[in-house]
Amino acid sequence: MSAPRSAPARGGSAIARLAAAIRPVAALILFAVVIAIVLALVLLTLGASPVEVFADLWRGAFGDWLALTDTLVKSTPLIFTGLAVAVAFQGALWNIGAEGQLLIGALAAGAIGPALGGWPHGAAIVAMLAAGAGGGALWGAIAGGLRARREVNEVISTIMLNFVAAQVLSFAVHGPLMEASGAFPASAPIAAAATFDVYLAPSRLNFGMLLAAGLAVACYLGLFHTAAGFQLRALGRNRRASAFFGIPIARMTIGTLALAGAIAGVGGAVQVSAITHRLYETLSPGWGYEAIAVALVARLNPLAIVPAAVLFGALDNGSQAMQRAAGVSPELVYVIQALVILTLLAFDASATGALRAAILGAPAAGPDDPGAPPAALPPAAPIATRDA
Amino acid sequence: MLEAFLSSAIAMAAPILLAALGELIVEQGGVVNIGIEGAMLCGAFFGLTATWFSGSLALGLAAAIGAAVALNALFALVVVNLAVNQVVAGTAIDMLALGLTGICYRRIFGVTGRALTITPMRPLALGPLARIPIVGPALFDQNGLVYLAFVLVPIVGALIWRTRFGLELRAAGERPEAADALGLAVYRLRWQALLMAGVLSGLAGAYLTLAYANTFVEGMSAGRGYVALSVVIVGRWRAWGVAAASLLFGAAMALQFGLQAFGTAVPYQLFLALPYALTIVMLAIVGGQAQSPSALGAPYARL
Repeated sequence: MSAPRSAPARGGSAIARLAAAIRPVAALILFAVVIAIVLALVLLTLGASPVEVFADLWRGAFGDWLALTDTLVKSTPLIFTGLAVAVAFQGALWNIGAEGQLLIGALAAGAIGPALGGWPHGAAIVAMLAAGAGGGALWGAIAGGLRARREVNEVISTIMLNFVAAQVLSFAVHGPLMEASGAFPASAPIAAAATFDVYLAPSRLNFGMLLAAGLAVACYLGLFHTAAGFQLRALGRNRRASAFFGIPIARMTIGTLALAGAIAGVGGAVQVSAITHRLYETLSPGWGYEAIAVALVARLNPLAIVPAAVLFGALDNGSQAMQRAAGVSPELVYVIQALVILTLLAFDASATGALRAAILGAPAAGPDDPGAPPAALPPAAPIATRDA
Repeated sequence: MLEAFLSSAIAMAAPILLAALGELIVEQGGVVNIGIEGAMLCGAFFGLTATWFSGSLALGLAAAIGAAVALNALFALVVVNLAVNQVVAGTAIDMLALGLTGICYRRIFGVTGRALTITPMRPLALGPLARIPIVGPALFDQNGLVYLAFVLVPIVGALIWRTRFGLELRAAGERPEAADALGLAVYRLRWQALLMAGVLSGLAGAYLTLAYANTFVEGMSAGRGYVALSVVIVGRWRAWGVAAASLLFGAAMALQFGLQAFGTAVPYQLFLALPYALTIVMLAIVGGQAQSPSALGAPYARL
């Protein structure tokens, strides 16, 4: 922003530099404190003791071996959906559709799963994952194609596709894929060959976590060490300039959203293969939406998605214990997710100087401030980006 | 049959229209409010709760407006003053609303919902007009919020295109830097737009519980806020266009009641998915964003 501003103290004293360096950190701490206070107030109005609730949360997430491994199991789908969001966001493609992409991926895997009885174990697993990737990619590519060819905003199309996916899954488990007895709205169980081996029984730890972590590394290398990854990030920073530099925008848009969908879809297939072994309507508790918080906490860095997902997996797992012990609604998790996202956005604003301008009402130092880290989110306008 | 369908279509269109008119004002100022879904949900819950405890529909409407305005104020604080990404912030606002209404619902009414129903708003039949065959009940025998929604169409249109406020708001939506340089208070204009939209989405939410369902179900806005967002695009950012698009989506939602009369041969999921699928198809047909305010969705930091 080249608006005139009173001369900022640039490159001045060591104290000024230090202040510039710690400002974002201070902002984060400030907002973490604000969030903790807000949460404590919410809990108090609900009549629960914040200390007990946080203690229950911790015990439920990390209290013993089973809690710890279950936290990892619950983090696994969040790694997949978190990657699906982060990869698309890097290109300023606002994929709110990881939920639907995961559901369609699970549907594709769950549809072929019961028929894989005679297959070798490895081949059956590969078939499940490929089906999941294909289903998710299709769902992502619809949004990508609409954006690239018809300039349909992907935010709205991916949200709408989430609703459609939920109905498609509902139809499948009530109709063509319903288990033989017809008593429950669930599909037939997948063949034994198509299920993941469990490591370290009685925990539910399985190959899915490793696969997710490996995919995170692959996404990192793809984004930061390949030409296509560079082009995608360039697209995220400035769509119009990318067009001038000859980046194939339409192909990148479709390809990126298809890739994001494929990643989320594999997550769905892993969930079916490893945990549920069949399809039902309430397969996902909202992993696709939670993924947005995961991706932002990870600053859209695929490697950081893994610990960020574990953080939220712990929150999910711990909150279930918390509900049983303290009688707190499961919806508290949504509130926490929302507050985390808003905090991180404010943290970004501290990097651009908008936070200080808002608080102090004074001109901020601006994004070219030497101590300020770049904002994690691509700055491109989400709606009015027209392709040249 | 046709009479019932038309009546139902207009009744289903009204909440979408109310919310979409609010979104239209906000978008003319250059802001995209994905949080509209959350504002509707808050309006629905707090409207019902206030009516349940007080027995007064007027208090319910006031509570719905208050809750939605408060949520929009939080959104305005984040996207206007902190100039952060509007899509992500809006998604967070939706989650916040889903969580808060869920927590309060369980807290106040228990897990089972305890037969949470209220006496709904009654239709106001406009004399002999309501007895016109076929269109009479649809147009002239609805509740007050339906009339309000359609009366607001020309009013919102005039506000945006015929008043000084509208002119300044559109300047803030087209070229915020230029508007700022001319001495217009871009932040204040966007705040005002978001507060007005809060009133309208609060009413839209209240409609769901006080005039339509008469009870509350968690997440009951069921994407209507997102449909309202699409309605603004399909309506080409014009008040009458928004009204026409709302009617189209109202009709799609009413279809599920009309077609159920044909029996169970068609899976009900098809009807539930129809409004969302129709949204995608309509956006693909309309295509492009050439009519949108230039700075729509772009964070503007007055640094």
